[in-house]
Amino acid sequence: MKVRFWGTRGSLPVSGGDRQIRKRLKETLKIASGKHFVDEQAIETFIDEQLPFPVRHGYGGNTSCVEIIGDDGRSVICDMGSGLRELGQAVLAHHGAGNSREYDFVMSHVHWDHIMGFPFFTPAYIPGNRIRVHGCHDIVETALRRQQSEPCFPVDFSQLSSEISFHRLQPGEPAEIAGMTVLPILQPHHGDSFGYRFEQNGKTVVYSTDAEHRLEDKRQIDAFVEFFRDADVVIFDAMYSLADMISVREDWGHSSNLIGVDLCHLAGVRHYCMFHHEPAYDDATIHRVLSETIRYEEISREGGQPLKVSSAYDGLIIEV
Amino acid sequence: MNVHVFGDVTVVTPSGRIDHNSAEKLHEMLLPVIRTQIGERRVVVLDMADIPYMSSAGLRVLMLASREAKKEGGRVVIAALQSDMQEIFEISRFNMVFDTFDSVRTAIASISPNSLAAFESG
Repeated sequence: MKVRFWGTRGSLPVSGGDRQIRKRLKETLKIASGKHFVDEQAIETFIDEQLPFPVRHGYGGNTSCVEIIGDDGRSVICDMGSGLRELGQAVLAHHGAGNSREYDFVMSHVHWDHIMGFPFFTPAYIPGNRIRVHGCHDIVETALRRQQSEPCFPVDFSQLSSEISFHRLQPGEPAEIAGMTVLPILQPHHGDSFGYRFEQNGKTVVYSTDAEHRLEDKRQIDAFVEFFRDADVVIFDAMYSLADMISVREDWGHSSNLIGVDLCHLAGVRHYCMFHHEPAYDDATIHRVLSETIRYEEISREGGQPLKVSSAYDGLIIEV
Repeated sequence: MNVHVFGDVTVVTPSGRIDHNSAEKLHEMLLPVIRTQIGERRVVVLDMADIPYMSSAGLRVLMLASREAKKEGGRVVIAALQSDMQEIFEISRFNMVFDTFDSVRTAIASISPNSLAAFESG
């Protein structure tokens, strides 16, 4: 299995803006000071080897869209955030617009940031393509039709030329999608959200975003520990600091980097990937949170197996 | 968990590693003490010298203790964090929520200088 991240930001797409560009330029010029580049390759090498990740790449600004790719090449797309636009363009560039394809989506929920990419998903406009949307909510189709209707969008949902169907999943009941076993779980979030556990050929990936894990609810915590049990990768809503999550942002529906580490340790997870980044954070802040979370994992490990900690970014591919 | 009163400051000293399994016990022990003590004095100093580690579940208990104190117009401050706990406070941003002091003595000296004599005389 492979995981490819097309959108990793929470709530709202962000762009770096002029201040971020200026900050990166200053940082780059400082590091490049006195250096001489003989050719383009030397510049590429300098960028790759000398510039820190937040300067040379950054975490990206698209909202939730993650592709879980099975061993046979078929995939399931988790959520339709703004990252979906690029996924659609990439598929068309690779396979050609004339070749009909099948697309399977699973939906965590239908809040705006998780569906806003669909009107810009070009394959939906192409006859012959088949799109299956799976989810536990009964309002997925309604939400997609509403966002793509007057006065919100100029092309009505009914004008999409692909064949689109909707399939209801039930929490706790595994389903077979694109050659993977997919198990949904109900998550605490306004209007509910659902996490998904993907299994194939002995490998497991969990997609669990937009979930506020309440530490006081031991039964719920234990249920998530079992849901994450022995997973190879857990993609986790780590939007807030712990202090924010349980004080000023309590009931906002999101979790914290530290709770993710604790749950993954309890569940024996191998790789914890932080996701749904706070849109107010710049790249340097997300990078700092990553370093701090790696340190927290070291402190809290207590002789257990090391947990790999990473922070998702647009374009990241994880080989499972 | 030890509780000592020095003048108008209460010092509470929990101990042990506080994780997912032990946080509930801390909750059961600490919250009643906070309620009782804040009713009589305005400030509780949590002496963390015997806490080597606290997970998110343990930190939540501290937040609840602080809320409980604030409801009664009082406050909880933190003293004597071990080095790992100092880091955990920074990583969790609890250092931005709680006033922290190097030692119980410096906490009392800052909060209630009049209580310092009682502390130093034991």
